[in-house]
Amino acid sequence: MTISKLVLIELWKRKSQLITGLLAVTLGIAVIVAIQSVSIVSEQNVARNLDNLGANILVLPQAASIDDYYTSDIDAPTLPMDYVERILTSTIAGVDNMSPKLTRRIKVGDQSVVLTGILPKSEIASKPLWQSSGLLGTELKTACASSTSANQSHGMEDKRLQRKAIDTLYSEDCFAGSQVAKRLKLSSNSQINIMGKEFKVVKILPETGTVDDDRIFANLRDVQKLLKIENQVSAIEIMGCCNAISEGLLGQLRNILPDTRVTTIGQIVSTQIETNQLMKKVTLVMLIIIFFVGGISIGNYIWANVNERKREIGILRMMGAERSTIYKMFLLKALILGIAGGILGFLLGTLAGVILGPFLAGIAVKPVYIYLVWSVLLSVAISLSGSLIPTYLAAKFDPHSNLQED
Amino acid sequence: MILQGKKILKQYRHNGGVINALDQVSFTVQKGDFVTVTGPSGSGKSTLLLALFGLIRLTSGNIIFDGKRIDNISDRKLTDIRKKSVGYILQSFALIPYLTTIQNVMIPLALEKILHKEQVKRASEILDYIGLSDRMDHLPRELSAGQQQRVAIARSIIHRPQIIMADEPTGNLDPTLSLEILEFLKKINQENKITIMMVTHSPVAAGYGTMKLHLNEGKIIGS
Ligand SMILES: Nc1ncnc2c1ncn2[C@@H]1O[C@H](COP(=O)(O)OP(=O)(O)OP(=O)(O)O)[C@@H](O)[C@H]1O
Ligand SMILES: [Mg+2]
Repeated sequence: MTISKLVLIELWKRKSQLITGLLAVTLGIAVIVAIQSVSIVSEQNVARNLDNLGANILVLPQAASIDDYYTSDIDAPTLPMDYVERILTSTIAGVDNMSPKLTRRIKVGDQSVVLTGILPKSEIASKPLWQSSGLLGTELKTACASSTSANQSHGMEDKRLQRKAIDTLYSEDCFAGSQVAKRLKLSSNSQINIMGKEFKVVKILPETGTVDDDRIFANLRDVQKLLKIENQVSAIEIMGCCNAISEGLLGQLRNILPDTRVTTIGQIVSTQIETNQLMKKVTLVMLIIIFFVGGISIGNYIWANVNERKREIGILRMMGAERSTIYKMFLLKALILGIAGGILGFLLGTLAGVILGPFLAGIAVKPVYIYLVWSVLLSVAISLSGSLIPTYLAAKFDPHSNLQED
Repeated sequence: MILQGKKILKQYRHNGGVINALDQVSFTVQKGDFVTVTGPSGSGKSTLLLALFGLIRLTSGNIIFDGKRIDNISDRKLTDIRKKSVGYILQSFALIPYLTTIQNVMIPLALEKILHKEQVKRASEILDYIGLSDRMDHLPRELSAGQQQRVAIARSIIHRPQIIMADEPTGNLDPTLSLEILEFLKKINQENKITIMMVTHSPVAAGYGTMKLHLNEGKIIGS
């Protein structure tokens, strides 16, 4: 028998009471962990966006939300397909490449996936206009290549902008993101039924760590037909020459595309950075709140426990337990509660982040194991500070006046 | 001489008045005595028992234990004396409800940080001695009143104290069980030379005393 063992036995015998004692801290920590797990991914996305851009200008309907580059096209309002034509026929210079997209969240079987219709380069290239305006690839690419410093000044780290444009994608073919492929057990050349139509998976795309992994890419025309949103797109991605961007390409595009938002990735990324900073502030406020609410709630629980065990404290003091032993008893209990609250909070928060992340923020959230350490440290700090006063009072109890009552 | 009280005064302030719970109490207990403390309800018996080792602080007077004054020493030192040299038995058994028989009995050893193996050995011996070896893993509520009081006795002697302070140890027991407990105490007193100071209402219990203190309104009126 040791005092620590006594603490453990007491804790175990009255474990149902633990739940109420732990509730506030656990939930508080869970919320913080969930917010943090989601926003860390979103921060990584910002970094990835800067590194790994497919396009540098995005044309969205006026009503679309631009909180996150990668999800801004999902379930967004649409704009007419004619706009693609309009850009092509205009005299605007500096549009290097273009990719109209239509995106909706759909179900395949019981799995939720993001279906994105894209117009492959070959189809755009087949348009005489596109060709005549010299928009197909190489020449213009070299035209832009001289301005790498200009690209960097737009927040793009990569020296040569990677082009995500897909060259060919025939009707009834599709590409699957790595996550979708995993979930639906797809491989190259397997068949998939999307909203009643059979598609052949021609390629599994490499993992990017973004919502793109949850996408199925199919030909825009197929997708428009399937979704019954003909001649509409949710976004047009444009690869603009950086020089042209600085020379007012955005303004020119806005002039010919009414009711749209024409933004650069830089703008979207900065919106996302702002969102992340807001999340940090929310976390800080949460932290302060749970410190007080959690601390008071654990303190209250320990105080109730102290009162319930007044007689026991009296008996122990009678048998020669020091005041410090009484301290140890209750602080050890608070420590254990703190550790349990931290672990539980981390698990709940991570679970919430992983489950809700894709729904709420449209990003795949992974557990961040270092948060376990922080959760436990935070929870222990809350628990111990909340328990100091009740423990101090417990040790001060006059042993004799608590012996008699029965 | 193991324990001596000199002019012990304990006053309680109550509603503006002063109650002399103990009033100039003086006595001397020799090593190996079986002291019984009797007196009407409210005469100060429990107060005396608890005041002797610091569970209640005196208003004035001296207490000498094992050759040293203990009425003016720190709470820490008094706690240490209780831990090493005193065993307590109360009318209400005072067992810890969520611990088993053997765990309850081992508490005084736990407080002295004695090794687990030694604790188990000594606790088993003592439970054997008082006939509870088949109830080691029972919780207090799973024991009869008499068994609970025997656990309390085991707990009060496991750390081999010099003196046992018992406040109406048979107060909650029927006459047969009372006799059993009293016989135990007598056995402990005689076999182990442990001094016992026992508060009691019962004349039968008082009959076990080799030295008798009788209190009335806080004063010793016979010994
Ligand atoms: N905390 C207290 N405050 C005020 N008066 C007290 C307090 N504790 C005890 N007393 C008084 O001191 C006197 C002695 O009490 P004590 O408990 O020692 O009596 P007792 O002889 O043990 O009685 P009983 O046989 O009923 O147990 C009583 O008059 C009681 O009312
Ligand atoms: Mg009494």
